Formats: sequence, C-alpha cells, structure tokens
Amino acid sequence: MLLETRGLTASYGQFRALFGVDVTIAAGECVAIIGANGAGKSTLMRAITGILRNEPGMVLHKGEPIGALSPAAIMQRGIAMVPEGRRLFPSLSVEENLLIGGQMRKVAGPWSLEAVYDLFPILKERRRSPGTALSGGQQQMVAIGRALMSNPELLLCDEISLGLAPVVIRDIYAALPKIRAGGAAMVVVEQDIGKALSVADRVYCMMEGRVTLAAPAAAVTRAAIHAAYFGEAA
Amino acid sequence: MIWLDTLVQGVLLGGLYALFAAGLSLVFGIMRLVNLAHGDLIVFAAYLILVGVTMLGLSPLVALIVAAPVMFGVGWLLQSLVLNRVLGKDILPPLLVTFGLSVTLQNGLLETFSADSRRIPAGTLEGASIDLGLVTVGVMPLLTFLSAVAVIVGLNALFYRTALGRAFRATSDDAVVAGLMGIEPKRVFAVATGLAMAVVTVAALYLGMRANFDPSIGPARLIYAFEAVIIGGLGSLWGTLAGGVIIGVAQTVGAAINPEWQILAGHIAFLVVLLVKPRGLFPRAVD
Repeated sequence: MLLETRGLTASYGQFRALFGVDVTIAAGECVAIIGANGAGKSTLMRAITGILRNEPGMVLHKGEPIGALSPAAIMQRGIAMVPEGRRLFPSLSVEENLLIGGQMRKVAGPWSLEAVYDLFPILKERRRSPGTALSGGQQQMVAIGRALMSNPELLLCDEISLGLAPVVIRDIYAALPKIRAGGAAMVVVEQDIGKALSVADRVYCMMEGRVTLAAPAAAVTRAAIHAAYFGEAA
Repeated sequence: MIWLDTLVQGVLLGGLYALFAAGLSLVFGIMRLVNLAHGDLIVFAAYLILVGVTMLGLSPLVALIVAAPVMFGVGWLLQSLVLNRVLGKDILPPLLVTFGLSVTLQNGLLETFSADSRRIPAGTLEGASIDLGLVTVGVMPLLTFLSAVAVIVGLNALFYRTALGRAFRATSDDAVVAGLMGIEPKRVFAVATGLAMAVVTVAALYLGMRANFDPSIGPARLIYAFEAVIIGGLGSLWGTLAGGVIIGVAQTVGAAINPEWQILAGHIAFLVVLLVKPRGLFPRAVD
C-alpha cells in the first residue's frame, strides 16, 4: 500500500478532530474524500503531511511509519500537497513558486517547468508576475504545478475547487486526468460530491472526525452518500 | 565645499552602519527575530580578528577570511542550539534569550580581554587618503562603504538569484508551506544566522580598524544597526544601506554644526523618518 492510516487521531489543543481514521491509498489510484465543513478532511491532510505530528505508526508510507516525521521529510518521500487556500509564496514570482516545489526533491519523472506550462499555458505568460497577483483559478494552477514539480508519487489536493468560479473549476478538473496520466496517485478532498466522484476510483466520506463511508466511486449510491454525509437515514 | 565634504564623509560613515545593520536586516527579514546581541557579536568578531592579527600575525584581510567561516559556524550553532528553540508566535522569548546572550558576551569579553580599548592595526591604510578633486576621502572609509555596497549586492544576488535565496524568501513568507516544499525551516534559519554572522565579521573588521573598541560598545552598535534597518524598511537590504547612509549623514552634519550633536543628530534623523514613514522608506509589500 502506498499510503495507509491506522487508527489516526488528531487534536487541536483540547479539541479532538480525528477519531481513529483508517484510509488506504494504492499506487496510481485516485481517492476522493468528501464531507461537510468541519468533518476532518483537511485535518486528515495535515496529519498525513506532517503539519500535525502523530504517533509514528498512525501513518504508513510503503509500510514504513512516517507519522512523526517533519513535513519536509514526508515531502521528500514523494508526498506533495496542494494546500487549502492555495497559499502561494507572495514574495516569489509564478515561476519561482513552481521552481521551489521541485528544488528539494530532484527525481526523474514526467513533471518539469515545461510540462507544467504545457498543462497550464496561462502560467507561462504570467511567469514573471508575483504569484499572488493572479486570479484565484490561476493561483490554484500554480499551487497544483508547484506540488507536481517534485514528481510526487502521491498528490494530495485539499479543497481545490473551494472559492473558485464554476468555469474555473471545470478547467482545473479538466487537468486532473492529465495529471493522473503522469502516474501519481491522487487524493482529492472536496465538498462538491459530484466533482469528486467524476474523477475518483474510490471515495471516502467523513463526518465529525470519522470515516462514515468507504466505497468504489462507481458503486456508491446517492442514498449511501446522503446517509454518510449527513449522518441520517436517507 | 565644507558641506560637500561633510556630506561625503557622512555617506561613507553610513557604509559602516549599513554593515552593522545588514546581518540584522537579513535575520529579521527571514525569521522576524530581533537579535539584541547583534552589536556584541560584532565586537566579539572584532576580538576574533584582533587575535588573528596580533597573536597569529595575520594581515587584517587574512584574519577576516579566517574569522568569517568561524563566525558562520557560531551563528549556525547559536540558531540551531538556542534560537530555534525559542522562535514562535511569542516574540518575547527570543528577545530575552538574545538579551541574556548580550550580557554574557560582554562579560565574557571583559573577563578575557579586559576593559582596555583595543584597535586592529591596519598599517599604512590607517592614514591613507585619495584626492577625488572636489573632496579628499580616507581610503579606509571608502573601503568601508564599498564593502557595504558589495555585501548588499551579494546578499541581494543570493536572495533573488539562487535556490537558497528562494528558500529564504519562501520560509519568510510561510514556514508551514515551505515545509510542504521539503524545506526544513529551522535549517534555513540556521544558515541565515550563519550568513548574518559572516557579514558581522566584515563589519567587525572595519569597526576595529577605524576606531578603538572595548567589550562595552556592542549595544550602541546595535542601536545604530537597528535604526538603519527601521529607516530602510524591515526586510529591505537596499533600504538598510539607505538607512545607514541617512544616519551617517545626519551624524556628520550634526557634528559639523556642533561636535556634541553628532550622536544626537543620528537619533533625531531616525525619529523624523519614523514619524513621516512609520514603515520605513522601502517597506516590503507583504508583511
């Protein structure tokens, strides 16, 4: 298994945000994690990437415990994240934002500056602009490209459509199959269930810090999702 | 013509203050850390060079080349072992720790080198001057200023043209996301402080060759450096050079009017800039 969480818990001070979450991600697959605001989706991403430290054995990468590693050490193992809210570096140009994504992990792979510009041609035109001078959608493209620059084996996308116009979301989602073609496994964290199911192989639904549904995307029914999402019988 | 001479001397003196301030500006720009021991570290480096020159018989330049990597190591260790532990949301712990370091350094130097004032012998450089037509300038002040410009140009090139500089800026913007990029912020901070201490060594060379120094003069150097950084705008290296020059010119102009006004005039210039532009002359766009 590429990545696995076992009984993962996480807290913010006194507030417990995750209660024993078990999730698996196989090499090359696309997993959607859906759930309402506050369900624990982003906390799960923060725990996997090491922003929230855990017991070592709660997160396993290729069977090895990584739960207590630093974000930098986890990234260097090939796990890259597109953070919620994009969080580009304001002092860096678009091109520098992309370059910094790959400068600490130089491995062979499909992604390079040129490949990212091919995926999102608008970024090449804007490459000298400060990253934060771009529109929200273009910033999201930079954030995705920045994560791809390290040629990750696992790409975590936290709320990639949040706050973006529908037409922009369509463009971003149109790029996801091309990213998958590069071979990386993907986790797409979404509140938009339809969008998430359109790209995913499997889906997890979370509610109040627990996984309430785990199913193949093709087999899942509206009623099952409704029940898992809202915690009530449909 | 006397005023032109005063102005030129002030600009050149500003080079020294910019050298004092460059390391402080670098560290503050990257990790929002105010190192209250900065002035004492300059004095410490000056004693290090002095030992190289007087006890080992090195020329001041060779002593600088030996001392700079040593000071880089001092800065790296200081950051890794001490300051990284206290950096956080609260700005008070690093202030207290560096204040304690300042007191410790002063007393350690006093114990080791006594309170006698010392000077790094610079040989024929000490009295040499160049006639530039309208004004005559000392070789030493000129070298000081050119070194300051070289240090600022070098740091800017590092900041804006290298992968390390990119990591500096990214970590300064958002240390959490920098971590997601595979950067260990604490290692970046250690390199930054090491670099600041290498710059401090250059400042120390000119501090020690230009005038006498003793273990007690660090805090006053910190004040000049701090004023130069604030005038220039936090985090702007060229601003720091401008800030140094403004203090230098204010001091020489003040001294030309009345020698007792030299130091006061520099501080007044600082206050005036702070009143007119509280964020400094060249503030960074993001803060």
